[in-house]
Amino acid sequence: MSQAETAAAVRAPSPLWGLSLLRSEVGTTFRRWRTLALLGVLAAVPVLVGIAVKVETRGGGSGGHDGGGPAFISQVTNNGLFLVFTALAATLPFFLPMAVGVIAGDSIAGEASAGTLRYLLVAPAGRTRLLLAKFATAMLFCLVAAFVVAASALAVGALLFPLGDVTLISGTTISLGEGLLRAALIAVVVAMSLMGVAALGLFVSTLTNSGIAAMATTVGLLITVQILDQFPQLHAIQPYLFPHYWLSFADLLRDPVYWDQMLRNLGLQALYAAVFGSAAWARFTARDVTV
Amino acid sequence: MEPVIATLGLTKRYRGGQLAVDGLDLVVPRGSVFGFLGPNGSGKTTTIRMLMGLIEPTSGTARVLGEAMPGAGRRVLPRVGALIEGPALYGFLSGRDNLVRFDAADPTADPRTRAARVEGALDRVGLAGAAGKKARAYSLGMKQRLGLASALLRPRELLVLDEPTNGLDPQGMREIRSLVRQLASDGTTVFLSSHLLDEIEQVCTHAAVMAQGRLLTQGTVADLASSVRGRLAVTTPDTADAVRVLKEHGVIDLVVTDDRVTGELPAAGPPDLADVNAALVRADVRVRAFGTQRASLEDAFVALTGEGFDVAG
Ligand SMILES: Nc1ncnc2c1ncn2[C@@H]1O[C@H](COP(=O)(O)OP(=O)(O)OP(=O)(O)O)[C@@H](O)[C@H]1O
Ligand SMILES: [Mg+2]
Repeated sequence: MSQAETAAAVRAPSPLWGLSLLRSEVGTTFRRWRTLALLGVLAAVPVLVGIAVKVETRGGGSGGHDGGGPAFISQVTNNGLFLVFTALAATLPFFLPMAVGVIAGDSIAGEASAGTLRYLLVAPAGRTRLLLAKFATAMLFCLVAAFVVAASALAVGALLFPLGDVTLISGTTISLGEGLLRAALIAVVVAMSLMGVAALGLFVSTLTNSGIAAMATTVGLLITVQILDQFPQLHAIQPYLFPHYWLSFADLLRDPVYWDQMLRNLGLQALYAAVFGSAAWARFTARDVTV
Repeated sequence: MEPVIATLGLTKRYRGGQLAVDGLDLVVPRGSVFGFLGPNGSGKTTTIRMLMGLIEPTSGTARVLGEAMPGAGRRVLPRVGALIEGPALYGFLSGRDNLVRFDAADPTADPRTRAARVEGALDRVGLAGAAGKKARAYSLGMKQRLGLASALLRPRELLVLDEPTNGLDPQGMREIRSLVRQLASDGTTVFLSSHLLDEIEQVCTHAAVMAQGRLLTQGTVADLASSVRGRLAVTTPDTADAVRVLKEHGVIDLVVTDDRVTGELPAAGPPDLADVNAALVRADVRVRAFGTQRASLEDAFVALTGEGFDVAG
């Protein structure tokens, strides 16, 4: 209890101890009932899509037609692996970013409304460090969410449909093993596509003391931007909207792979992360915490 | 020796324009148990927020443990335990996991000793039995205890406690008081804000009084109480006669409540109390009790803030 002892403990911390906050953040986020519910909803989407496809083909629908719906859906009956691509294409425009918006939007504002923010800050977590831990956790959630969709789709696809060699968009055929590898790569690309939403949500989260308001604002912005991306009149600004290149992940199913759009997507996401990450940092480090 | 807390002209005007703290010069000596008193809205919590680096002062400086806040927070705050405006917990985590979480937020806290320190802190506030329960199922007093435990996760040089006995039962209050005494005897400086004058008087060595954002006085509790003179009190059924006799002997500010007459002894040339008593008896005043009351901190407080505990707009 002597003061010398306290001072020594402060002077010689291991740099690794600083990672405790990130570990705690990840543990706290993934132990929340809400996080698990979001992941549960995401896991349910491929189940519904798979069942719908199965029922439709049984009912006499010809398997080969290409009558709209999410990408790759017509191929699912031939190869269950395509359900992974279908499910990711179906959840990427709304379900996935909405889930990320909830997690990122609540990250700081939720701590503020619970009052725990002041105790994290006097611990002292450090404002920059806390923000980084929050952003890293949101990105980890993106990755987990994408893999939950992919894994659920793979399980449903294997259960309801045959699995086998994969015929790519370019016409070439690859083995099932390589198909699985590409599916994993696509899940990673999908997760990284959500970086812009995560950064936007984090920034919104530093603006308010209400977790609900931050989540609603982030999801509202997401919907607005998705709508703007549909208007042909706005084509001049569309390349700068974060969802614009989202579906470019399909280019990973070509041989050779088209990287152009995908790199543009990743560049755009990095730009959003830089802009809104800095804005969040500027706001959060200068802010009075009175709750 | 440098004081544990020293502020100079510390001022905070909130964004709404409210001047919450106005030119505060506060000195908290090392090793003291320092009571921070003031009516609702007098700026106690605002001061504590500035000391802990949660809000930026509008002007003035605050030094905590010899370093300037909020700049030196990373070095200062690990040595400070704080309870600010009541506890705040993660309802979906157990009491124990709440403490683990707050300890993990401190980059200077050793993860290898974390579990043991958490158990120690739970023990210290009497929560060991309820540590596995979800915090949302805690009662107000249990939450308050858990908040205190998080301030005690590591040996601290300074404890800042904003109304620590809020919501506690009498037994809990007693435990907190004895905890504070024990910590103080270990050399921890305790800075304690409270409305309960009685509580401050029982545990504090020093006190400061705030009103409307300004510091009215600070010093040792003994000095503060002695700055208010004691009152003479006579208990008698013959209050009218007693008042007449006391007036003749120069006692001023006489107040009659039921069968009690109290009054202030004049500062210059106070009468011998033995003479006053004899005069009362001679005048056939039937005296049941006679004596001076020691001035309490409450008297000092009321003398300083006038109306006592009214919230100023
Ligand atoms: N976040 C805020 N924004 C604007 N004004 C505030 C804020 N917090 C407090 N105030 C105002 O500042 C003044 C001081 O408030 P403070 O919370 O510091 O008082 P206090 O002494 O802690 O009171 P209490 O005993 O009720 O806890 C009050 O007039 C209050 O209305
Ligand atoms: Mg207060």
